[in-house]
Amino acid sequence: MTTFSFEVLVTLKDGLSDPQGTAVESALPALGWSNVRHVRVGKHIRLDVNADDAGSARAQVEEMARRLLSNPVIEDAHVMEAASS
Amino acid sequence: MTGSVPRIGVVTFPGSLDDRDALRAVRLMGGEPIPLWHADRDLHHVDAVILPGGFSYGDYLRCGAIARFAAVMQEVVTFAARGGPVVGICNGFQVLCEAGLLPGALIRNRSLRFVCRNVWLRVETGQTCLTTGLTPGETIQIPIKHGEGQWVATPEQLDEVERDGRVVFRYASRAGIVEDDHNPNGSTNAIAGIRNASGNVVGLMPHPEHAVDPDVGPEGGQPLFASLLHTAMAGVGA
Repeated sequence: MTTFSFEVLVTLKDGLSDPQGTAVESALPALGWSNVRHVRVGKHIRLDVNADDAGSARAQVEEMARRLLSNPVIEDAHVMEAASS
Repeated sequence: MTGSVPRIGVVTFPGSLDDRDALRAVRLMGGEPIPLWHADRDLHHVDAVILPGGFSYGDYLRCGAIARFAAVMQEVVTFAARGGPVVGICNGFQVLCEAGLLPGALIRNRSLRFVCRNVWLRVETGQTCLTTGLTPGETIQIPIKHGEGQWVATPEQLDEVERDGRVVFRYASRAGIVEDDHNPNGSTNAIAGIRNASGNVVGLMPHPEHAVDPDVGPEGGQPLFASLLHTAMAGVGA
């Protein structure tokens, strides 16, 4: 078994309103940045998986992303390999 | 196992908030309240189940995402599949959506603000465990209190929900007019509550358990609890 590290980026689907992103966008001008548009807030999840090989590890993380880490009705999940911890 | 008084179970998850009010509402309306624990592996012969409001598991990851994996939820899913009445209120609605028992999902309110006030709901169908005693078109007043109550769905889910008459409540005026002004959270088509295909599973954001006692607020929850107790007495899930 080898340990593989991944990062999962979970974002609201395009087209869905993102009230958190809107809140951040409307706060930025107070600090002088009135030139910012299209702020979207997501989640970053980092994890280590023990698996036989990289392909198996990634397949498992993709399934975790689909079944728990994101809600496919409203969110997209991107699985990325990360540097080992 | 239906006796002379229906047994209504109310699940307490870590972080549940409205379980006590739900138990009290069951008692005030003439049912026998049965506390259920998240780790329970049986439902203690209840005739209906309420998943109450609150912040189960701290709303970590997403509202309702972790509660769905609680031991008791396996039993609730089985109970619902047999036709047992299951009602999810607020966080309980979010849990039912995450568990796949109801379509769609609940995201942050359009206003970015937590909303806490009485609203009027237009009843859209009497064919659910929660609305058997109500007539489509009538309005009831019930409080809401949530930060993440904006119901959204995929286009396919929305089509199905509307086409099959699975909308149970819409936010409306007292006269039953559905307009954007009366939509407190931006929910798609002003949807406040939905049901599954057979009507034994209902989820809603408003809190009927806070609306049964005339001393402390509106009474719009009374006909809903009366309907649930009536359905439970019929022993659909027994």
